[in-house]
Amino acid sequence: MAAIDDLTEGRGSEPLGEMAAESPAMPEVVFDVEELSVYYGEFQAIQDASLKVHENEITAFIGPSGCGKTTLLRCFNRMNDLIETARVTGSLRYHGVDLYDSKVDAVEVRRRIGMVFQKPNPFPKSIRANVAYGPRVAGLAKKGPVMDDIVENSLRKAALWDEVKDRLDDNALGLSGGQQQRLCIARAIATDPDVLLMDEPCSALDPIATTRIEELMHGLKDDYSIVVVTHNMQQAARVSDRTAFFSVDVNPDSDNRTGILVEYDSTQQIFSNPSDERTENYVTGRFG
Amino acid sequence: MTFSTIGTVAKRGATGFERKRTDLAGGLFKAVILSALVVSLLVLAVLLIDTVVDAWSQLSTRAWDFLNGSLRSRSIDDKLGVKQGLYGSFWIGVFVASTAFPIGVGAAIYLEEYAAKSRLAALIELVIRNLAGVPSVVYGLLGLFLFVERSTIFGFVGLGWLADATGGRSVLSAGLTLAVLVLPIVIITAQEAVRSVPSGLKEGAYGLGATKSEMVWTQILPYAAPGILTGTLLAMSRAIGEAAPLILVGAITGGLTRNPELWDASGLREKFTALPIIIVEWVSERGRDPGFAEAAAAAIVVLLALVLLLNMTAILLRNRFERKRG
Repeated sequence: MAAIDDLTEGRGSEPLGEMAAESPAMPEVVFDVEELSVYYGEFQAIQDASLKVHENEITAFIGPSGCGKTTLLRCFNRMNDLIETARVTGSLRYHGVDLYDSKVDAVEVRRRIGMVFQKPNPFPKSIRANVAYGPRVAGLAKKGPVMDDIVENSLRKAALWDEVKDRLDDNALGLSGGQQQRLCIARAIATDPDVLLMDEPCSALDPIATTRIEELMHGLKDDYSIVVVTHNMQQAARVSDRTAFFSVDVNPDSDNRTGILVEYDSTQQIFSNPSDERTENYVTGRFG
Repeated sequence: MTFSTIGTVAKRGATGFERKRTDLAGGLFKAVILSALVVSLLVLAVLLIDTVVDAWSQLSTRAWDFLNGSLRSRSIDDKLGVKQGLYGSFWIGVFVASTAFPIGVGAAIYLEEYAAKSRLAALIELVIRNLAGVPSVVYGLLGLFLFVERSTIFGFVGLGWLADATGGRSVLSAGLTLAVLVLPIVIITAQEAVRSVPSGLKEGAYGLGATKSEMVWTQILPYAAPGILTGTLLAMSRAIGEAAPLILVGAITGGLTRNPELWDASGLREKFTALPIIIVEWVSERGRDPGFAEAAAAAIVVLLALVLLLNMTAILLRNRFERKRG
């Protein structure tokens, strides 16, 4: 098993057990994942992943297709619950609370932990109604000045306000792909979450729209902790503070493919001096 | 040199494309399928033209009277008309829409979004699909048993209260019977509409903290609405054209004393008739009184117009919603 030690840059690795959150230089731990495995029926999508996601940082999950990175991301707001056959073992703590405790309400979790999907998926409604959706179902606001403020602030944070302020009541499907994705980000932050999960948010966008989203992520980092799954290594290198590299483990007997977390470290370390050979092969483009 | 090479390649590549033989089998096949289309359209056209021509004597001279008139024993009668049938068919449509629609949509959403994917669910699905193919006479029998006669199930569950509520042989019984008849169709079309909702919309709603019921109300129902509506309207037009179940439920062809206005709900629990029944009756009367052939044709035109109107509404609604969806 590779190094999954949590590092502070330049300090080198420490044994797993001693890296508690008390260390003053360490940002607070948002997600503490321990030995997490996810199964879809008989199929194991990811095995024994352990890592810590820190506050106000961007954590990137990279790796080849089928390595379980999206599966892991979808555990963070319990979206996997929507798949009937999905089963999760191990522990996943969010600010110390076990997210998979029987007392935890998945709906409440999703209100606190926002998600942006691979393909922009605005609702076929007005721009305003899209942003207002989350606050409305959460009962934060209904209409009027309070909701108007939420809509404006969310769109401003998502760097979309200037482009849409004159057409808030137009259908969101009339926006360009990049604008739609920024609208989805605005929609996700309208419920005032603490974390933003992004599942390959730029894979359906052109390079210019991608750059805008990346710039936006840099700005959002001050207010939110962001976990981003990406196929694009350069993107991970550009935007993230820490990077987790996942790979696929093929069982020679059964031919079952299981995702594993190979290495988790500061992004700089992963891209300049990875400790695992598989990581090095992947980030230098010599994978497989 | 390179140029000349390309030249030869192009030359060689361009030969051999000329048509060597006429494609006999292909031409024949095209002719056969085209004639299949022509034959089916021709049959329809002949039927339609013949009906309209027959109906002309009634519709050209006294269309309004015909729409407002009632069942008569002789075809040469100033008061002959189909209003009682219109009344029956209209209210049958209303009952079908108001009962089959909510029940069908509810069942479809439960099956698609709530029911666990189990063997039982698969079985239920299969049963519903088969129910859609059960002959309408069988539903007529069911309606007779449930809504008309004071029956008992298994010898002890009395259904007398149902017959009392519907008034027995009434429009209400007929409407409910036809609602049961079209229910499987409504469920199946609604299921398909619900299934067509993009998973991205559902995930988007869940991702923002919507509960399942909020997701259903805010995403599934609005998105599936056009499909559900067109399905229901088509089911209604099917119900309005049915005759066999109505005969069993007790639609009558004579002896109706009243001729109520369309919106007069006081006739709902009384004896009734409907357009298809009137058509059957007048066609069978034409041996005794040839004038009824023309009256029947005119009634057919009225029924066709009604069904066409429903179908057109369905198409218009679907197109409008689809444009709005972008």
